[in-house]
Amino acid sequence: MVKLPIYMDYHATTPIDPRVLDAMMPSLTNEFGNAASRNHSFGWKAEQAVEAGRGKIAELICAEDPKEIIFTSGATESNNLALKGVAEMYREKGDHIITMVIEHKAVLDTCKTLERQGFRVTYLPVNRDGLIDLKELQGAITDKTILISIMTANNEIGVIQEIGEIGKIAKQKGVIFHTDASQAAGKIDIDVRNLGVDLLSLSGHKMYGPKGVGALYVRKKNPRVRLASQMDGGGHERGMRSGTLNVPGIVGLGKACEIARSEMKEESKRLFSLRERLREGLSKELDEIYVNGSLAKRLPNNLNISFAYVEGESLLMGINEEIAVSSGSACTSATLEPSYVLKALGVGEDLAHTSIRFGLGRFNTEEEVDYVTKRIAETVKRLRSLSPLYEMAKEGVDIKNVQWKKE
Amino acid sequence: MAYSDKVKDHYDNPRNVGSLPKEDPAVGTGMVGAPECGDVMKLQIKVNDQGVIEDAKFKTFGCGSAIASSSLATEWVKGKTLEEALKIKNIDIVQELNLPPIKIHCSVLAEDAIRAAIADYYKKKGNVGSVGEGSGSGKNA
Repeated sequence: MVKLPIYMDYHATTPIDPRVLDAMMPSLTNEFGNAASRNHSFGWKAEQAVEAGRGKIAELICAEDPKEIIFTSGATESNNLALKGVAEMYREKGDHIITMVIEHKAVLDTCKTLERQGFRVTYLPVNRDGLIDLKELQGAITDKTILISIMTANNEIGVIQEIGEIGKIAKQKGVIFHTDASQAAGKIDIDVRNLGVDLLSLSGHKMYGPKGVGALYVRKKNPRVRLASQMDGGGHERGMRSGTLNVPGIVGLGKACEIARSEMKEESKRLFSLRERLREGLSKELDEIYVNGSLAKRLPNNLNISFAYVEGESLLMGINEEIAVSSGSACTSATLEPSYVLKALGVGEDLAHTSIRFGLGRFNTEEEVDYVTKRIAETVKRLRSLSPLYEMAKEGVDIKNVQWKKE
Repeated sequence: MAYSDKVKDHYDNPRNVGSLPKEDPAVGTGMVGAPECGDVMKLQIKVNDQGVIEDAKFKTFGCGSAIASSSLATEWVKGKTLEEALKIKNIDIVQELNLPPIKIHCSVLAEDAIRAAIADYYKKKGNVGSVGEGSGSGKNA
């Protein structure tokens, strides 16, 4: 018998791995020192713990020097610091930033703020697969472009951009390249040196670490990236981010990175096979379901599916006492607007309303996947029997040609 | 989002799901909403010679509150005369189902569906215009 409720929303957040918690316990209890206390053993211990964590994060993303890792409160802050920090620092060089329409709000809303401050931002579109066109990227770069910010993997559809190619283009044109890797870090190989990434954001709680801690990789060489700090204070983190370091959080993030690095290969294989089991199971049970975004260039643990003729929220209502998944974007599902990510892919609004995001993770099992498949299929079938759209489709009416009376 | 027990009850056990023959002159069909808005309600009534709604059916694409609103609407119109059915207001549905503000549009849609079904019935009878605004969307059916 599977244990309920089943958590399958690992893009939203992940539980802390018990090994991470164990690693954190000393700094949550006896080893409570401030890493900036230079003159006693409590401070030294804390500093050691922080530097060990820094090293593990650097290793996960193949940074040359642990000093290139700046600790923050999470990926939202990392993204803010990267974009605003570069914009402010390089304003004299240029006023143009390039990003894409399916970035996380932490990047998009930061860009909106920068636009209000006089910067110009190009929002690259994506194709049906959810990928930007590299030629379009190249064409968008001007001599005023100071920053390209393109996420590694998307939080709704899990689609992975061609980061290495983007890095090359950025290098050729001498533009700084930032990537939000919150969803990708610890799931797929990331090598900032090979990929030509200059700034990279990651988050603890998306990779089995604690909430409230994240990091920003800031390249020190070729080129040396400088950032204007966005938080004034004691000049911590090479002056880029003041504030007493979150030692337990950093230790946890470090441990999470260490585990991810040593287990990623196995884990992504396992998650991929679970994801495919889910996808194939649902496809066998249900007609007219559509995967949103490229299936090939996708995180192994992500599945985003539209169940035609069944509204996503009503589907969740049928299962959400037993199964935790998201409809639309977790961030926007309170607004009743269909996901801007799916809209950008060209998914019709009718189908966008029927999408569910499954995020598989470390603690999911085959039994859980089978249970979820069964319950989703049952609920979709029941709701289709209530759906006037399904009835019309079965009668051969093309719903797109109907003159709907919009409210 | 937390749903009220009444919404959950209608969602779990929707009343009067199904379709009536739309060509039947005694049947009025109302279809309101649009797929891209995330809500489509089809509500049908069958009216007897005394002008009483003797049967009602619905099908709804939409959230739990939309399903519950239309399910409740079919329950309420049954046994009512057309004039009585026209007196059902969205606010009555909001109160009965304890709908939160963000879901009020579901009740509005249910009221529109009732009006559209009655308008369609009158239209078939050759008696257009008795329902006032909010009518006339039966053309989708």
